[in-house]
Amino acid sequence: MTQFRIPGPLRRLSDGQVTVTVQANDIASAITALDQRYPGFKDRLLDEKGELRQFVNLYLNDEDVRLGSGLKAKVAEDDEISIVPAVAGGSVQA
Amino acid sequence: MPKLLGLRCRECGAEYELQATHVCEMCFGPLDAVYDYEALKKVVSRERIEAGPKSMWRYRDLLPVEESTSVVTLGEGFTPLVKADRLGEELGLRNLYLKNDSMNPTNSFKDRVVSVAISWARANGFETIACASTGNLANAVAAYAARAGLECFVFIPTDLEPAKVSAISVFEPNIVAVRGTYDDVNRLCSQLLESTPWAFCNINIRPFYAEGSKTLTFETAEQLGWKLPDEIIIPIASGCQFVRHRQAVRELMDFGLVPDERVPKFTGAQALGCAPVYNAFHSDSPERVLPVKPKTIARSIAIGNPSDGIYVNRIAAETGGTVEAVTEEEIVVAIRLLARTEGIFTETAGGVTIGVLAKLARAGRWNGDETVVAYVTGHGLKTADVLASANGHARRVEIDPTLKSFRENVTI
Repeated sequence: MTQFRIPGPLRRLSDGQVTVTVQANDIASAITALDQRYPGFKDRLLDEKGELRQFVNLYLNDEDVRLGSGLKAKVAEDDEISIVPAVAGGSVQA
Repeated sequence: MPKLLGLRCRECGAEYELQATHVCEMCFGPLDAVYDYEALKKVVSRERIEAGPKSMWRYRDLLPVEESTSVVTLGEGFTPLVKADRLGEELGLRNLYLKNDSMNPTNSFKDRVVSVAISWARANGFETIACASTGNLANAVAAYAARAGLECFVFIPTDLEPAKVSAISVFEPNIVAVRGTYDDVNRLCSQLLESTPWAFCNINIRPFYAEGSKTLTFETAEQLGWKLPDEIIIPIASGCQFVRHRQAVRELMDFGLVPDERVPKFTGAQALGCAPVYNAFHSDSPERVLPVKPKTIARSIAIGNPSDGIYVNRIAAETGGTVEAVTEEEIVVAIRLLARTEGIFTETAGGVTIGVLAKLARAGRWNGDETVVAYVTGHGLKTADVLASANGHARRVEIDPTLKSFRENVTI
């Protein structure tokens, strides 16, 4: 089973669980499985085009998935996917 | 009356009470400190600022620290704005200015943000200050934590420049050297937030920390005689300070501190060895900043996954600025150019800024009369190692202590 690590701001969705295990073969299907178990995750992690939201970082065993195959990255039994909010700060208007 | 009203999500507008948190629970967007602008407008004036201390705290009304808070200060800010006539002459710029922020207490721009962050943290009951850093931030955090008498943990990549490690160690913080890049360090610290009762300057108390950046632009305007420049060149790491400088210009205008009606062009500078923002700016989709693995001597700005990158690109485009990048060699050449023409020794990040300034000037970006300000954000002794290999090119001779030897070896 692949394990998700859920950050504080999203634990209301996971009934307070810090980790959630799912059965999946890539990141995309892992997110789908997570969302089936705890509805709402998909909306928080992916935008309307199905791509990773700007302020969401996903790490597959500590490696930023955007540096690799992104949502298509394969996951194996003992892999861990960490969801980490990006650290931005400033004002949006130009 | 408190001037801070709370925190607000920049993306979805959700509001939060004042607290040590930086992420919106609804959409993961970043949180900003919200001020009671109406009340502040009755107070803020040029006269009040000019009567204040000769430090960045003369802009205290526009910083997220209440009147009753005693601030942690080493006299940061109000650094020299020098007119750079000799560098300007080389580059064809008659009104070039350098904001020399290497003159801060720990020799980098970071003293501004840290002074605000630690003041806020101490006033809000935190006993331990922490940060994820490429070096300059850790240096400032260690110094200000010592000044405030607070516990300190700094997280740095293992491969930092030796000079930076010494300058951090002397303050005796707890140093956690992480085998990885800054982005790895930052990710680890983001995950540590939940299990430590610490104030991470650049993470959970970022909404307050980031505000300190504004003072650099406030000062620039004041030192130009309460006027805005035509263009500002700013180094980009996370993009945080770039965004805050835009906010500072907005506040200068809204509070009637400057008469200008035109926003300066905001131009960003990156090293090609770590240029995710530059790459996106010049691509078809500037709103998609893809992370990179940093490989540059400009380590203080080597952030491969810059959180404010999309905002940098938005601001640069909307103000008519640009984002430019320079090679490793151009960084070193620029450090030498600045030293040779203006007597200012800057670190590699400053080399990036001056390198971009030179590159744009030589490409004909300006007609020569514009007022251009470059932010020089750190001192050269922090990264002196990059010049070591080039020392053979310096004008150096070795002689015996005799007149004969002098005459034989030195041309007057």
